[in-house]
Amino acid sequence: MTTATSEAAPRQKLRDDDPDANLRMNPAKVAIGIIGMVVIVWALGNMFLAFGYYPEKFGSKIVIGVLAVIGGVGGAAALFYFLNMFVEGLPRRLSEGLIPYAFVLPGLALVTLMLIYPTFQTVNYSFANSDSTAYVGLQNYRTIFGESAFWTSIGNNVLWLLIVPAVVVGLGVVVAVLADKLSATGEKVAKSLIFLPMAISFVGASAIWGLIYAYNNPGQAQTGLLNAIVVGLGGQPQTWLAISTAKLNSILLMVILIWLQVGFGMVLLSSAIKGVPEDTIEAARIDGAGEFQIFWKVIVPQIRGTVITVFVTVFILVLKVFDIVYVTTNGSYGSDVIANLFFNKLFAASEAGQATAIVVVLLVAVIPLIWFQIKHFKDEEAG
Amino acid sequence: MARSLMKDGRPRSPFSIVTMVVLALLWTIPTVGLLVTSFRSRDDAATSGWWTALLNPFSQSWTTSNYEGVWNGQDFGAAFLNSIVIAIPATIIPIMFAAFAAYAFTFMNFPLKELFFLLIIAVMVVPIQVAFQPMLDFLGPNGLGISGQYMAVWLLHTGFGMPLCIYMLRNYMSTLPRTIIESAKIDGCSHYQTFWRLVAPMSMPAIAAFATLQFLWVWNDLLIAKLFLNSENVTVIVALQKLLGTQGQGQELLTAGAFISIIVPMIVFFSLQRFMVRGMTSGAVKG
Repeated sequence: MTTATSEAAPRQKLRDDDPDANLRMNPAKVAIGIIGMVVIVWALGNMFLAFGYYPEKFGSKIVIGVLAVIGGVGGAAALFYFLNMFVEGLPRRLSEGLIPYAFVLPGLALVTLMLIYPTFQTVNYSFANSDSTAYVGLQNYRTIFGESAFWTSIGNNVLWLLIVPAVVVGLGVVVAVLADKLSATGEKVAKSLIFLPMAISFVGASAIWGLIYAYNNPGQAQTGLLNAIVVGLGGQPQTWLAISTAKLNSILLMVILIWLQVGFGMVLLSSAIKGVPEDTIEAARIDGAGEFQIFWKVIVPQIRGTVITVFVTVFILVLKVFDIVYVTTNGSYGSDVIANLFFNKLFAASEAGQATAIVVVLLVAVIPLIWFQIKHFKDEEAG
Repeated sequence: MARSLMKDGRPRSPFSIVTMVVLALLWTIPTVGLLVTSFRSRDDAATSGWWTALLNPFSQSWTTSNYEGVWNGQDFGAAFLNSIVIAIPATIIPIMFAAFAAYAFTFMNFPLKELFFLLIIAVMVVPIQVAFQPMLDFLGPNGLGISGQYMAVWLLHTGFGMPLCIYMLRNYMSTLPRTIIESAKIDGCSHYQTFWRLVAPMSMPAIAAFATLQFLWVWNDLLIAKLFLNSENVTVIVALQKLLGTQGQGQELLTAGAFISIIVPMIVFFSLQRFMVRGMTSGAVKG
């Protein structure tokens, strides 16, 4: 701070003395800024293209990784440095108007390139053929809406959406409330253990739960925990993930996601519950309310906002659930979901038109959520 | 009433203790099963459940051969390196861009600010699937020609992580005292200097929170890695997915592979849990 002050003070003074400062341009700064940006973009572009085209020239992947980190981070910093220098070199009035855009636009440009442009392009592709070379009108929509696989997937997605977010919120609240009643150490350990699966990938979790759902022929020792229990109780071993009766296989897959996500719900809900003022609970207790009544009538209304946040976040995640289904059943035995159907249309069947049409269906489904997000944000800003 | 009290004076709740122990066990058993199985020989794992090994640890032949097999034979060593090379830049680069944007959204006023920020909030919810076909074209042989390389995946994760990162950092920065920023301005600091000397260091907790979440997302991602990386550059998650696809043989390698794939996120989790919790409580919606 002090060095900044002593360096900058004379400059500030100079500006005040100089009535033309607002209009004058600093050509050196502008020129260095432009040249600097061009050089950085050129150098970074070439470095990254070289990684792409001639990875063998760098010796090992570690070298590429280290260079990428330095290039990416240092490059971005240098880019902003020269951009800033360029804008500062412009006449002061112009410069002050432009600086915010110099800060915002690089990030916004990436978002535009990676998310906004593709959204429109995807809608566009959904009216085109399988390799996006000619328009076919509504043909893709007719095809997917005419396939029973699509409607099975929609049905399964609805089931996932009805069950998983609600169970995550419910279990999250139960765990948060009960953990709150444990000793400090007990609470910490219990919460860590339940939170831990959050770090595990969907693929890793599917491998873990594969050991639980594993099936061996009757008569052999059952190595899957679930079948071992069933056989131990005198039952027959089952190929769990192949049973579509009552959507059992889908529900067993949902268990994996619930196992992964309860920790997330618990963490948010727990901090909300701890934020409930003690005196509101105490007042209810004095009025003779039981623990159960206190929970429903005092605590729940005060954590409503967090409950909705957890619900919506898990809802968005479930809407696009893919990995778990893909690596376990890949949609067979009536367990397909929309994101897996999309992936197989795009990757296995190379039907870009139909795949993008499926994404458009997903997009339509998230429109209410976009509205919700914006409303939520505006409420928070206002409150 | 002989209810025992805890050290802090609150009554002990036997119901909570029993329920939480049961839940904690239920949540831990699957992972323990994986860990135990990964150290068992192929024959042992095929003929008895992993829990028998845990009940009789000394009559077992424990082995690390599964790890050797999957690390060398299934190229998990190379995949592990790929995962690191992908995850670190894909975590740091978006923060650079997002931090500058968040600074402008918090401390500057400019036309279209509101619209830009609402756009950021809206795209947080847009499913990333919208990007795949257009980006396969854009990054593929007819476009930039980098699909299959690390760079394609860095770019995609940077773009997809950006809205959340801008949102989280802006929320945090708006809690910083404005007077400090204003006094820096009076001292003659440019915005660039104020950002580097004041705002970026003060925002470290939020940056660490986002970094933890983004690292886990990138490391654990299957979709982007599978679509945009060629076979030499695949991550451990893709390697594990391929191993899951091969039925029957290699069961014993699968468990070791799965454990290799989750060890790094677990270390990150245990060392940075604090930041992760903070990140989540400050909003972690990602499309």
